[in-house]
Amino acid sequence: MKKNIAGTEVDVNEEGYLTDMSQWNENIATAIAAEEGVGPLNEGHQKVIQYLRAQQAKGAALTIRSMGKSGVVTTKELYDLFPGGPLKKSSKIAGIPKPVGCI
Amino acid sequence: MSSPEDKQPVKKMSIIVSRGSLDGIYPALIMANGARMEGIEASLFFTFFGLNALADKTLDHLKVSTVGNSALNMAMPMLGLPMTVPFPTWMGAIPGVSAFATGLMNKEMEKLDIPPVREFLELISDSGGKIYACKLAMDMFKLKKEDLMDRVDGVLTVGQFYEASAGAGTHILFT
Repeated sequence: MKKNIAGTEVDVNEEGYLTDMSQWNENIATAIAAEEGVGPLNEGHQKVIQYLRAQQAKGAALTIRSMGKSGVVTTKELYDLFPGGPLKKSSKIAGIPKPVGCI
Repeated sequence: MSSPEDKQPVKKMSIIVSRGSLDGIYPALIMANGARMEGIEASLFFTFFGLNALADKTLDHLKVSTVGNSALNMAMPMLGLPMTVPFPTWMGAIPGVSAFATGLMNKEMEKLDIPPVREFLELISDSGGKIYACKLAMDMFKLKKEDLMDRVDGVLTVGQFYEASAGAGTHILFT
Protein backbone atom coordinates (compact mmCIF):
# COMPACT_ATOMS: atom_id res chain seq x y z
CA MET A 1 0.00 0.00 0.00
CA LYS A 2 0.93 3.65 -0.44
CA LYS A 3 1.84 5.95 2.39
CA ASN A 4 2.95 9.54 2.45
CA ILE A 5 6.01 9.87 4.64
CA ALA A 6 7.77 13.22 4.95
CA GLY A 7 6.15 14.49 1.77
CA THR A 8 7.09 11.47 -0.34
CA GLU A 9 4.68 8.81 -1.51
CA VAL A 10 6.25 5.41 -0.80
CA ASP A 11 5.18 1.77 -0.89
CA VAL A 12 4.94 0.12 2.51
CA ASN A 13 3.67 -3.19 3.86
CA GLU A 14 0.96 -3.46 6.52
CA GLU A 15 3.55 -2.97 9.28
CA GLY A 16 4.92 0.19 7.74
CA TYR A 17 8.17 -1.22 6.34
CA LEU A 18 9.19 0.19 2.96
CA THR A 19 8.84 -2.46 0.28
CA ASP A 20 11.21 -0.71 -2.13
CA MET A 21 14.40 0.44 -0.46
CA SER A 22 15.24 2.76 -3.37
CA GLN A 23 12.31 5.02 -2.38
CA TRP A 24 14.07 5.80 0.90
CA ASN A 25 15.68 9.11 1.79
CA GLU A 26 16.93 10.72 4.99
CA ASN A 27 13.74 12.69 5.60
CA ILE A 28 11.79 9.43 5.52
CA ALA A 29 14.22 7.97 8.03
CA THR A 30 13.71 10.94 10.33
CA ALA A 31 9.94 10.66 10.08
CA ILE A 32 9.83 6.90 10.75
CA ALA A 33 12.27 7.31 13.64
CA ALA A 34 10.00 9.90 15.25
CA GLU A 35 7.02 7.57 14.81
CA GLU A 36 8.97 4.75 16.46
CA GLY A 37 10.13 6.89 19.34
CA VAL A 38 13.76 6.75 18.21
CA GLY A 39 16.12 9.65 17.89
CA PRO A 40 16.66 12.42 17.00
CA LEU A 41 18.93 10.57 14.59
CA ASN A 42 22.60 11.16 15.28
CA GLU A 43 25.80 9.92 13.73
CA GLY A 44 25.52 6.59 15.54
CA HIS A 45 22.06 5.95 14.10
CA GLN A 46 23.24 7.00 10.62
CA LYS A 47 26.14 4.55 10.69
CA VAL A 48 23.81 1.68 11.56
CA ILE A 49 21.28 2.74 8.90
CA GLN A 50 23.94 2.94 6.18
CA TYR A 51 25.36 -0.43 7.23
CA LEU A 52 21.91 -2.06 7.18
CA ARG A 53 21.19 -0.68 3.73
CA ALA A 54 24.53 -1.90 2.42
CA GLN A 55 23.95 -5.38 3.86
CA GLN A 56 20.45 -5.52 2.47
CA ALA A 57 21.70 -4.46 -0.96
CA LYS A 58 24.15 -7.39 -0.79
CA GLY A 59 21.31 -9.72 0.17
CA ALA A 60 22.92 -10.62 3.50
CA ALA A 61 20.74 -12.04 6.28
CA LEU A 62 20.81 -9.73 9.28
CA THR A 63 21.12 -11.03 12.84
CA ILE A 64 21.75 -9.26 16.12
CA ARG A 65 24.96 -11.27 16.39
CA SER A 66 26.27 -10.15 13.00
CA MET A 67 25.46 -6.54 13.88
CA GLY A 68 27.46 -6.78 17.10
CA LYS A 69 30.39 -8.21 15.16
CA SER A 70 30.18 -5.73 12.30
CA GLY A 71 32.52 -3.22 13.90
CA VAL A 72 29.90 -0.54 13.16
CA VAL A 73 28.16 -0.79 16.51
CA THR A 74 28.34 -2.92 19.66
CA THR A 75 25.34 -4.89 20.88
CA LYS A 76 24.94 -2.49 23.81
CA GLU A 77 25.08 0.60 21.58
CA LEU A 78 22.56 -0.91 19.18
CA TYR A 79 20.08 -1.49 22.01
CA ASP A 80 20.69 2.06 23.29
CA LEU A 81 20.29 3.65 19.87
CA PHE A 82 17.09 1.79 18.98
CA PRO A 83 15.29 1.05 22.24
CA GLY A 84 12.43 -1.41 22.14
CA GLY A 85 13.58 -3.47 19.18
CA PRO A 86 17.10 -2.86 17.89
CA LEU A 87 16.99 -4.79 14.64
CA LYS A 88 13.29 -4.31 13.92
CA LYS A 89 13.26 -0.56 14.41
CA SER A 90 16.60 0.14 12.75
CA SER A 91 15.49 -1.85 9.70
CA LYS A 92 12.23 0.06 9.49
CA ILE A 93 14.05 3.39 9.70
CA ALA A 94 16.61 2.22 7.14
CA GLY A 95 13.81 1.45 4.70
CA ILE A 96 14.61 -2.26 4.42
CA PRO A 97 12.36 -5.29 5.11
CA LYS A 98 11.73 -6.52 8.64
CA PRO A 99 14.38 -9.11 9.57
CA VAL A 100 12.92 -12.59 9.53
CA GLY A 101 15.47 -14.48 11.65
CA CYS A 102 15.16 -15.45 15.32
CA ILE A 103 18.71 -14.51 16.30
CA MET B 1 -14.22 -13.08 20.88
CA SER B 2 -10.98 -11.29 21.60
CA SER B 3 -11.26 -8.33 23.93
CA PRO B 4 -8.65 -5.60 24.38
CA GLU B 5 -7.32 -7.42 27.46
CA ASP B 6 -6.42 -10.40 25.28
CA LYS B 7 -4.01 -8.19 23.37
CA GLN B 8 -1.92 -7.21 26.38
CA PRO B 9 1.67 -7.54 25.17
CA VAL B 10 4.24 -9.77 26.85
CA LYS B 11 6.40 -7.36 28.81
CA LYS B 12 8.86 -9.66 30.48
CA MET B 13 10.05 -13.23 30.20
CA SER B 14 11.51 -14.91 33.26
CA ILE B 15 12.98 -18.15 32.05
CA ILE B 16 14.06 -20.94 34.40
CA VAL B 17 16.81 -23.18 33.02
CA SER B 18 16.98 -26.52 34.80
CA ARG B 19 18.85 -28.71 32.34
CA GLY B 20 22.56 -28.68 31.58
CA SER B 21 22.97 -30.41 28.23
CA LEU B 22 23.58 -28.35 25.12
CA ASP B 23 20.10 -29.15 23.85
CA GLY B 24 18.69 -28.37 27.28
CA ILE B 25 20.25 -24.90 27.38
CA TYR B 26 19.79 -23.48 23.90
CA PRO B 27 16.01 -23.10 23.76
CA ALA B 28 16.13 -20.81 26.81
CA LEU B 29 18.98 -18.73 25.39
CA ILE B 30 17.19 -18.33 22.07
CA MET B 31 13.91 -17.37 23.75
CA ALA B 32 15.64 -14.84 26.03
CA ASN B 33 17.59 -13.22 23.21
CA GLY B 34 14.50 -13.19 21.01
CA ALA B 35 12.58 -11.43 23.75
CA ARG B 36 15.18 -8.68 24.03
CA MET B 37 15.15 -8.22 20.26
CA GLU B 38 11.41 -7.55 20.50
CA GLY B 39 11.88 -5.05 23.28
CA ILE B 40 10.67 -7.51 25.91
CA GLU B 41 12.58 -7.68 29.20
CA ALA B 42 14.27 -11.01 29.80
CA SER B 43 15.88 -12.80 32.69
CA LEU B 44 17.35 -16.27 32.95
CA PHE B 45 17.39 -18.20 36.24
CA PHE B 46 19.76 -21.16 36.11
CA THR B 47 18.98 -23.89 38.58
CA PHE B 48 20.00 -27.52 39.15
CA PHE B 49 21.90 -28.87 36.16
CA GLY B 50 21.29 -25.63 34.30
CA LEU B 51 24.23 -24.25 36.28
CA ASN B 52 26.43 -26.27 33.94
CA ALA B 53 25.92 -23.40 31.50
CA LEU B 54 27.14 -20.77 33.97
CA ALA B 55 30.11 -22.54 35.54
CA ASP B 56 33.20 -21.07 33.91
CA LYS B 57 34.93 -24.45 33.69
CA THR B 58 32.10 -26.32 31.99
CA LEU B 59 30.09 -23.88 29.91
CA ASP B 60 32.31 -24.11 26.84
CA HIS B 61 32.04 -27.90 26.79
CA LEU B 62 28.33 -28.66 26.98
CA LYS B 63 27.23 -31.80 25.16
CA VAL B 64 24.13 -32.98 23.35
CA SER B 65 22.47 -35.68 25.43
CA THR B 66 22.56 -38.86 23.38
CA VAL B 67 21.54 -41.22 26.20
CA GLY B 68 17.84 -41.40 26.88
CA ASN B 69 17.09 -39.07 24.00
CA SER B 70 14.61 -41.00 21.89
CA ALA B 71 14.20 -38.13 19.42
CA LEU B 72 17.75 -38.18 18.05
CA ASN B 73 16.37 -39.32 14.71
CA MET B 74 15.66 -35.59 14.31
CA ALA B 75 19.40 -35.05 13.83
CA MET B 76 19.68 -37.56 10.98
CA PRO B 77 19.21 -34.93 8.24
CA MET B 78 22.45 -33.33 9.52
CA LEU B 79 24.14 -36.52 8.26
CA GLY B 80 22.25 -36.46 5.01
CA LEU B 81 19.90 -39.25 6.14
CA PRO B 82 16.11 -39.17 6.34
CA MET B 83 14.59 -38.00 9.62
CA THR B 84 12.86 -41.38 9.95
CA VAL B 85 16.14 -43.31 10.39
CA PRO B 86 16.05 -44.51 14.00
CA PHE B 87 18.87 -43.82 16.41
CA PRO B 88 18.90 -46.76 18.88
CA THR B 89 19.26 -45.33 22.37
CA TRP B 90 21.99 -47.84 23.31
CA MET B 91 24.19 -46.25 20.64
CA GLY B 92 24.10 -43.03 22.58
CA ALA B 93 26.20 -44.64 25.30
CA ILE B 94 29.09 -45.51 22.98
CA PRO B 95 32.14 -43.35 23.80
CA GLY B 96 32.49 -40.46 21.40
CA VAL B 97 28.91 -40.48 20.14
CA SER B 98 27.84 -37.55 22.31
CA ALA B 99 30.93 -35.58 21.26
CA PHE B 100 30.21 -36.37 17.63
CA ALA B 101 26.57 -35.31 17.90
CA THR B 102 27.66 -32.15 19.71
CA GLY B 103 30.16 -31.26 16.99
CA LEU B 104 27.51 -31.81 14.36
CA MET B 105 24.98 -29.64 16.14
CA ASN B 106 27.47 -26.85 16.82
CA LYS B 107 28.34 -26.76 13.14
CA GLU B 108 24.69 -26.49 12.12
CA MET B 109 24.03 -23.77 14.67
CA GLU B 110 27.03 -21.74 13.52
CA LYS B 111 25.59 -21.83 9.99
CA LEU B 112 22.42 -20.22 11.38
CA ASP B 113 24.50 -17.60 13.22
CA ILE B 114 23.58 -19.04 16.63
CA PRO B 115 26.50 -18.19 18.93
CA PRO B 116 28.29 -20.63 21.26
CA VAL B 117 27.01 -20.64 24.86
CA ARG B 118 29.50 -18.13 26.31
CA GLU B 119 29.07 -15.65 23.49
CA PHE B 120 25.30 -16.13 23.65
CA LEU B 121 25.26 -15.29 27.38
CA GLU B 122 27.40 -12.21 26.68
CA LEU B 123 25.02 -11.18 23.90
CA ILE B 124 21.99 -11.50 26.20
CA SER B 125 23.80 -9.63 28.96
CA ASP B 126 24.84 -6.83 26.56
CA SER B 127 21.25 -6.56 25.40
CA GLY B 128 20.14 -5.82 28.95
CA GLY B 129 18.92 -9.32 29.82
CA LYS B 130 19.62 -10.54 33.35
CA ILE B 131 21.43 -13.74 34.25
CA TYR B 132 20.83 -15.26 37.67
CA ALA B 133 22.02 -18.41 39.43
CA CYS B 134 19.89 -20.33 41.94
CA LYS B 135 21.33 -20.15 45.44
CA LEU B 136 20.05 -23.54 46.55
CA ALA B 137 21.50 -25.29 43.50
CA MET B 138 24.79 -23.43 44.00
CA ASP B 139 24.97 -24.75 47.56
CA MET B 140 24.08 -28.24 46.42
CA PHE B 141 26.75 -28.35 43.73
CA LYS B 142 29.31 -26.60 45.97
CA LEU B 143 29.64 -23.66 43.61
CA LYS B 144 30.66 -20.13 44.55
CA LYS B 145 29.89 -16.92 42.66
CA GLU B 146 33.52 -16.77 41.50
CA ASP B 147 33.14 -20.18 39.86
CA LEU B 148 30.57 -18.69 37.47
CA MET B 149 31.15 -16.71 34.29
CA ASP B 150 31.53 -12.96 34.75
CA ARG B 151 28.16 -11.91 33.30
CA VAL B 152 26.11 -13.41 36.14
CA ASP B 153 24.08 -10.60 37.73
CA GLY B 154 23.45 -12.36 40.99
CA VAL B 155 22.83 -15.49 43.01
CA LEU B 156 19.17 -15.48 44.03
CA THR B 157 16.88 -17.48 46.26
CA VAL B 158 13.63 -18.67 44.73
CA GLY B 159 11.82 -15.87 46.55
CA GLN B 160 14.16 -13.23 45.16
CA PHE B 161 13.67 -14.65 41.68
CA TYR B 162 9.91 -14.28 41.99
CA GLU B 163 10.36 -10.75 43.32
CA ALA B 164 12.57 -9.91 40.35
CA SER B 165 9.83 -11.28 38.08
CA ALA B 166 7.13 -9.03 39.50
CA GLY B 167 4.92 -6.96 37.23
CA ALA B 168 1.89 -7.25 34.99
CA GLY B 169 2.79 -8.77 31.65
CA THR B 170 5.52 -11.05 33.06
CA HIS B 171 5.58 -14.64 31.93
CA ILE B 172 7.53 -17.32 33.75
CA LEU B 173 8.77 -20.18 31.63
CA PHE B 174 10.31 -23.42 32.91
CA THR B 175 12.72 -25.20 30.62
